[in-house]
Amino acid sequence: MSENNKLNIDNVSNLARLNLVDSEKKGLERDLKNILNYIKKLDEIDTKSVEATSHVLNIENVYREDTVSNSGAAADVLKVLPDSRKEGNFFKVPKVIEDN
Amino acid sequence: MDLYNNTITDTLDFIRGDKEKATSVSDSLITRIKNIDSKVGAYVSFSPDKSIKGIEQNVSLDAAKKGAPFFGLPVSLKDNICTKGWETTCSSNILQGYIPPYNATVVKKLREKGAFIFAKCDMDEFAFGSSCETSCYNKRAMKQKKLKDGPASNPWDLNRVTGGSSGGSAACVAAQEAICALGSDTGGSIRQPAALCGVVGLKPTYGRVSRYGLIAFGSSLDQIGPLTKTVEDSAILLGIIAGWDQKDSTSLNVPVPDYTKSLIDNVKGLRIGIPREYFIEGINSDVKKVIQEAIEVYRSLGASCVDISLPHTDYSVSVYYIIATAEASSNLARFDGVEYGFRHEGGDLHEMYYETRNRGFGHEAKRRILLGTFVLSAGYYDAYYLKAQKVRTLIVNDFSDAFKKCDVILTPTSPTPAFKLGERMSDPLAMYLSDIFTIPANLAGIPAISIPAGFSRDGLPIGLQLLAPAFCEDRLFQAAYTFEQNTEFHKKRAKL
Repeated sequence: MSENNKLNIDNVSNLARLNLVDSEKKGLERDLKNILNYIKKLDEIDTKSVEATSHVLNIENVYREDTVSNSGAAADVLKVLPDSRKEGNFFKVPKVIEDN
Repeated sequence: MDLYNNTITDTLDFIRGDKEKATSVSDSLITRIKNIDSKVGAYVSFSPDKSIKGIEQNVSLDAAKKGAPFFGLPVSLKDNICTKGWETTCSSNILQGYIPPYNATVVKKLREKGAFIFAKCDMDEFAFGSSCETSCYNKRAMKQKKLKDGPASNPWDLNRVTGGSSGGSAACVAAQEAICALGSDTGGSIRQPAALCGVVGLKPTYGRVSRYGLIAFGSSLDQIGPLTKTVEDSAILLGIIAGWDQKDSTSLNVPVPDYTKSLIDNVKGLRIGIPREYFIEGINSDVKKVIQEAIEVYRSLGASCVDISLPHTDYSVSVYYIIATAEASSNLARFDGVEYGFRHEGGDLHEMYYETRNRGFGHEAKRRILLGTFVLSAGYYDAYYLKAQKVRTLIVNDFSDAFKKCDVILTPTSPTPAFKLGERMSDPLAMYLSDIFTIPANLAGIPAISIPAGFSRDGLPIGLQLLAPAFCEDRLFQAAYTFEQNTEFHKKRAKL
């Protein structure tokens, strides 16, 4: 995990779709590096032959019948939005595809 | 005695299906809140006048269900549990104005039995914190929703934190502003504030309670659970909310026993494991003393104490802060201004996404989203996330091995009593280490309960934690109930 030093706050905040105010960047970068340094402790353990736990209960795929039902939620969701954020039965967002 | 002081059992015994009496319980709580919540600050999205109306509607709605076993029982709710038509914010700016179109399964279950949602409790933003200090309502600009100007305070000492993240849920119960409450626990967020506020807090087995309608933080760790005045109330409330739910594919179809049948004052022959890794340097001397005395109480009642080892304890905070932040960064990706709550208007799509998130998320939320994004990013996944999942396996195995030698495990809930407001806010690592004793239960998916076990020299509550194998909540209730029946700590109330 020596790659810690490579943490680039601009790159990570871009991946996280997060504008950061310049004044908070430095502090956050320092905090993250400190935390990553602490986490390095895990390197002490040899986990070559250990399986990963993604789910503690070892549930296999959970299936159900694919039946249609009406949750009625769509109307309630849109009801509370201002007009600028909806059109008909849809959420309205700024243009996704630019002209050029 | 004032009605607000009552437990669930007392309250139901008083109401007995009578609507007038149900209303007088609510009125008593409302008066109590008006008198003291400006000091404690446990509640949000709450104006007493609005809530009277809400309660009246609720009670008359449910009056039709007269005869429902929990008719008129007011339950306070952490503000990350969805309530249909009632703003649910996770104490975050980004969810201001979000009104869920559905009820969480736990809310549905409570209402079906005649209980109703009384008010919403403050919390750390998106449950990111151990002190309730990251709530957006602590900022002056947001204070209109709270009766208190500033962060939630510990009812035992108003200059100290409630713990977190379910700080409001713990404080309202401790301050007699609620009969009972629900919180959520991802790394100790029910048990740690319960310990710091001197109430009973239970994190059920992962999969015991449906997470449908709980706004997700760490999906492989989150559980909803009760915060109550007594162990009996904890058993009663878990009985209502537990069970399989088609809408949560991680809930398990295991029958729900009558937990009140485990309320037996007897620990003869019970083998209590004491993990040596939990009595480390840095643990507060009052906490150590109280826990050692608690062990003696159990011994004197006929339990035997076994020395056990959980060798990977020291790694659990590291594992947790990789897994929990990775899952959180993924879960919080949905908050981009399109569907939920706050949107930054103006500019193009890119600006809407980036600025909505910049302005909507607080500092700790950003810190965790960034950490989670980094550990999942290309080239680092194996070194962090996969590594953490592997060490998680070792932690799970530690517990399976330990439970071959003992029936329950006893530890302190928190290494210190409630700390001072502001004390750990500038040091995220120190804050993260507040959860060192509670995190392992979430990583292993096992149930754990915190109960009042004594007081520090300064009169602050100290909690003891009991852990059991998956789906053995009954064992926890019996051990906790026995301690409670043979001690007086739970009877002492914060003076406000």
